[in-house]
Amino acid sequence: MSYIPGQPVTAVVQRVEIHKLRQGENLILGFSIGGGIDQDPSQNPFSEDKTDKGIYVTRVSEGGPAEIAGLQIGDKIMQVNGWDMTMVTHDQARKRLTKRSEEVVRLLVTRQSLQKAVHQSMLS
Amino acid sequence: MDTESTYSGYSYYSSHSKKSHRQGERNRERHKSSRSKDGRGSEKAVTIQAPTGEPLLGNEATRTEEVQDDNWGETTTAITGTSEHSISQEDIARISKDLEDSVGLDCKRYLGLTVAAALGLLVFLTPIAFILLPPILWRDELEPCGTICEGLFLSVAFKLLILLIGTWALFFRKQRADLPRVFVFRALLLVLIFLFVVSYWLFYGVRILDSRDRNYQGIVQYAVSLVDALLFIHYLAIVLLELRQLQPVFSLQVVRSTDGESRFYSAGHLSIQRAALVVLENYYKDFTIYNPNLLTASKFRAAKHMAGLKVYNVDGPGNNAAGQSRAMIAAAARRRDSSHNELYYEEAEHERRAIFPSMARALQKYLRTTRQQHYHSMESILQHLAFCITHSMTPKAFLERYLGAGPTLQYDKERWLSTQWRLVSDEAVTNGLRDGLVFVLKCLDFGLVVTVKKIPFLVLSEEFVDPKSHKFVLRLQSETSV
Repeated sequence: MSYIPGQPVTAVVQRVEIHKLRQGENLILGFSIGGGIDQDPSQNPFSEDKTDKGIYVTRVSEGGPAEIAGLQIGDKIMQVNGWDMTMVTHDQARKRLTKRSEEVVRLLVTRQSLQKAVHQSMLS
Repeated sequence: MDTESTYSGYSYYSSHSKKSHRQGERNRERHKSSRSKDGRGSEKAVTIQAPTGEPLLGNEATRTEEVQDDNWGETTTAITGTSEHSISQEDIARISKDLEDSVGLDCKRYLGLTVAAALGLLVFLTPIAFILLPPILWRDELEPCGTICEGLFLSVAFKLLILLIGTWALFFRKQRADLPRVFVFRALLLVLIFLFVVSYWLFYGVRILDSRDRNYQGIVQYAVSLVDALLFIHYLAIVLLELRQLQPVFSLQVVRSTDGESRFYSAGHLSIQRAALVVLENYYKDFTIYNPNLLTASKFRAAKHMAGLKVYNVDGPGNNAAGQSRAMIAAAARRRDSSHNELYYEEAEHERRAIFPSMARALQKYLRTTRQQHYHSMESILQHLAFCITHSMTPKAFLERYLGAGPTLQYDKERWLSTQWRLVSDEAVTNGLRDGLVFVLKCLDFGLVVTVKKIPFLVLSEEFVDPKSHKFVLRLQSETSV
């Protein structure tokens, strides 16, 4: 997922559909995010490129809606319901995921294993 | 009943008497006394010498310790009839009043004022005279002078107006203090103005009046030059009298001799007497009021009669005792007045019991415990209460005045604001301040010791800090669970 400035970002993504779980007043998705354009990218343990300021999944709670939907730890979220997540601040990302009016979020996530899998399938 | 001669109060002259009077009445007496052996409450240590026939030098005053007045409610204020020079209560009141209203030194002050006023008037009228005299005296021979002269008349008129306003603003102020010596700069300026005007008149008289100069424009220009020069002298006066002492050069440490309360004030290049004035003006608003009751160390209720004021005059024969005892009694009378007020205040309290019973009693008890009772009479408390209610102040605001000692200005001016101070200094009081100088300001009850310290020469150096070097970005890495 190396990113060349000025060039469009291309990645192999997986579509993940998460149905939010209602807990009392809140709708939770069951994972944690890290990263953002206002954060320090060098501290991100999951990114391949340490200048990548995208939103990453840092933790997936067990049995939560995210795990059921197939989200894995270390995934980079590219889109949420059509909204771009590659150039957003941490708080904007949080807001886009936790909109009270939406009960289902459709994410486009990418991970390194996906890239490799596609490569291998292309080679063979 | 006691064989030793003691008297309470102060054993020096009240400070009202003029210096010239003092020259005549130099014969002060001081008695030797010993401390009372059975530990009676009031410790009055009076240092004494045998009476001498020669005038005593200097402005020293012997210090006596304050009279113990713990038991103000129960003290007797009697002068027993057995003393040689007993006088009645009314006499004491009258004497103290007399001394308060002495008018001795005023003629010196008014002399200075009249001289300055006369000189000012002369100076103001001189240019006008210069311009008016030639037309009056030799109108026919004068050359006509048209527009230029009229322009010069206008300028003279306005400059005189400005001079008038400036002089009014600078000099026509109510004198706020009577200083012992003449103010050197002011005197110098008056002399300068006088010489200046005299020389102008001389020149005018000889070269213009005598020879009947016909060039009127030149005469008017001469008058204009005089007014210009006067304006410059006015500028000099502002700089010398007002501006020079604004920049702080010295730091004055003022320590009250009785309880050691001290403050620091800044002063510029002033003479000692003006520095003393600055100190006193600030003293009244910064120092807490002098409370002699707080200085006492021990309480001895049995010593009521000693705390009272009995005046005995046991001195050698051939002594003009009447004058001195009057002075002593008058000095002691000041103390008496306060004890009288307290007695009245006790009686008045019974009358007003109907008004604010519980508050009044509790407040009085508190005041008595903190030994502030003689600063607040019953009427003043009620007045303050009415004041606070009128302005919708909270109870805490009402009490604030009684909770701690405030500066002297807060209390009844007539009683506590001493208008007579003596400046004790071993240098001439018109000398300028310098580092290490010490002078003392004494009033009846205590003294203020003023030490002058020069503000050190400050060396400020510059250090340039690159703005980029201390800017930083806080980088976070936060994790939010959704």
